[in-house]
Amino acid sequence: MTTDSIPVRTADTCPEAAPKARRNTAPGGRRRPLFRHPGAGRQHHAGPVAYILLGIAALFSLFPLYWTLVAASTDNTRVTQTPPPFLPGPHLLDNLGKAWRDAALGKAMLNSMIVAGAIALSTVLFATLAGFAFAKLRFKGRNILLMLVIGTMLVPPQLGVVPLFMMMSELGWGQTLPAVIFPTLVSAVGVFFMRQYLTEALPDELVEAGRVDGAHSLRIFWSIVLPIARAPMAVLFMITFVHAWNDFFWPFIVLDMTNPTVPVALTQLSAGYVRDQSLIMAGALLGTLPLLAMFVVFGRQIVGGIMQGAVKG
Amino acid sequence: MAISTSTPPDGPSGTMPTGTDPDPDGDLLRRRTLLHRLDVGGAPYAFIAPFFVVFAAFSLYPLIYTWWISLHRVELSTLNLMEWVGFDNYTALWNDERFWNALLNTFTIGVLSTVPQLMMALGLAHLLNYQLRGSTFFRVAALTPYATSVGAAALVFTMLFERDFGMINWMLNLVGVDNIDWENNKWAAQTAISTIVIWRWTGYNALLYLAAMQAIPRDRYEAAAIDGASRWQQFLKVTVPGIRSTIVFTIVLSTIGATQLFGEPLIFGQGPNGITGGADNQYQTLGLLLYEEGWKNYQMGRAATVAWAMFLLLIVVFVVQQVVRRVLARRT
Repeated sequence: MTTDSIPVRTADTCPEAAPKARRNTAPGGRRRPLFRHPGAGRQHHAGPVAYILLGIAALFSLFPLYWTLVAASTDNTRVTQTPPPFLPGPHLLDNLGKAWRDAALGKAMLNSMIVAGAIALSTVLFATLAGFAFAKLRFKGRNILLMLVIGTMLVPPQLGVVPLFMMMSELGWGQTLPAVIFPTLVSAVGVFFMRQYLTEALPDELVEAGRVDGAHSLRIFWSIVLPIARAPMAVLFMITFVHAWNDFFWPFIVLDMTNPTVPVALTQLSAGYVRDQSLIMAGALLGTLPLLAMFVVFGRQIVGGIMQGAVKG
Repeated sequence: MAISTSTPPDGPSGTMPTGTDPDPDGDLLRRRTLLHRLDVGGAPYAFIAPFFVVFAAFSLYPLIYTWWISLHRVELSTLNLMEWVGFDNYTALWNDERFWNALLNTFTIGVLSTVPQLMMALGLAHLLNYQLRGSTFFRVAALTPYATSVGAAALVFTMLFERDFGMINWMLNLVGVDNIDWENNKWAAQTAISTIVIWRWTGYNALLYLAAMQAIPRDRYEAAAIDGASRWQQFLKVTVPGIRSTIVFTIVLSTIGATQLFGEPLIFGQGPNGITGGADNQYQTLGLLLYEEGWKNYQMGRAATVAWAMFLLLIVVFVVQQVVRRVLARRT
């Protein structure tokens, strides 16, 4: 049994795979595209104008984050002067420490880790299971059920907050993490994403071969699907983690300041009457750091994952 | 877990005839035992069940139950006491000026944030679609705001838009514009809030467009070029139609997002002003009104009514979108 149906990078399928020596296209290498776009084409080389415009766009994207760092490293008097500071000051660690204590960020970080981790894990597991079923298993009503999954994307879960709140009170889950975790255990986008990937990357023959060997569906899933789907699962994990970490409306309603997630704790920083701007920025920086770190390390994979989930005919 | 219920235990069990059949083509029918049939028939449903169970329990049921609650008077302190009031909540909402104000604000902030955002995303995607050096850097940079939580992004922009020492007013002063009171002036506040939304989501949408652009077959461009289309014409006649479905998809997503705008205005208002969307409700959205009714005025029935109104609004918007699309399709 071979698994070498994985799409190989060519200049066509993957624009940034321009033939350079350091590109690695070995199986298991980090630079394989998750999906193939037949005949995908980019037309022209970028001219200087394109680079200038892209530079401006990157500046706009990154400047607010840079400025958060600047503001968090000065003190309140300096940050509220004009002209505003443009270079980091000496107080970063003091401010981070103070914000950490004032906003109970330690607990919030731990909570956010638990919430985002649990949601990302369960989303990946259930999305891979369902994606495999929709991609490779034949059953009655498959297409209608898949349409239904896509249709659920149009139902904003936030609109159910009032009865959700009542449900959680009844269960005695008010102000607890399960109240945040359970409503988002699955994601339609995730199911669709895994289905798209497995349709392409998992050869029917492999599933059939497993059947002939007498393996049942769960065994096939465990031994054949999971090893093939490792890369997209990692990407889906990260994207879901980002979303769960940043989710605000429902956690803000169901949690209180004694047991917040990071975005909920951050509201506490700015709601006081005496506002220390440097501290607020230090809190904002802390709350964003874990995700920024993830972006620095896995940015390309996350970008790829978002692009793959997007391709709709 | 319901997953394992329909799958037989591991490995060949005693009752299962395992490939003693020398026929290499494998006459599968002969070994279809009951367990195997159960597995093949049942497993797919078991695999997709978790998704539908969670969706039904935590999305669909609450949405329907919201309707039921909206016909009652329910106080936050006594959630189990529901007093039937029929459509009173709806008439009260209809006659409530704050509702129309929030509806209008939601609409204007929605337009202010969505239209420029998707336009810029389209332009950015087009730029990213060129052969680039450092394309990964530009993509990751464009996506970085998406990794910033509403909380952090709103805090930073609230400070940039500060009236007395904010960087944006300082820059405006440099070009001779007086300080703008971003918080108290209605249009300024809505512009500032829209800016937060635009900053966070433009790059994300650009990547969706870019993915769709890369799936456009190259020969379409070649054909257009042979027909003498300029680059701009190619963009209009090949690129945009080629990603039409993705554009529709992003419009739908952005509309849903705009309808539920909550965190940005809440934090922009910094504290007590946040929930009411400014001292004069000048930037109160429907999401904020929902929260105010339920968790500040303790009227859950009314909050549910606002939620249901938001749902109706979404449906209306989609119907309008469909109609507009039909009309446009007929004209072209």
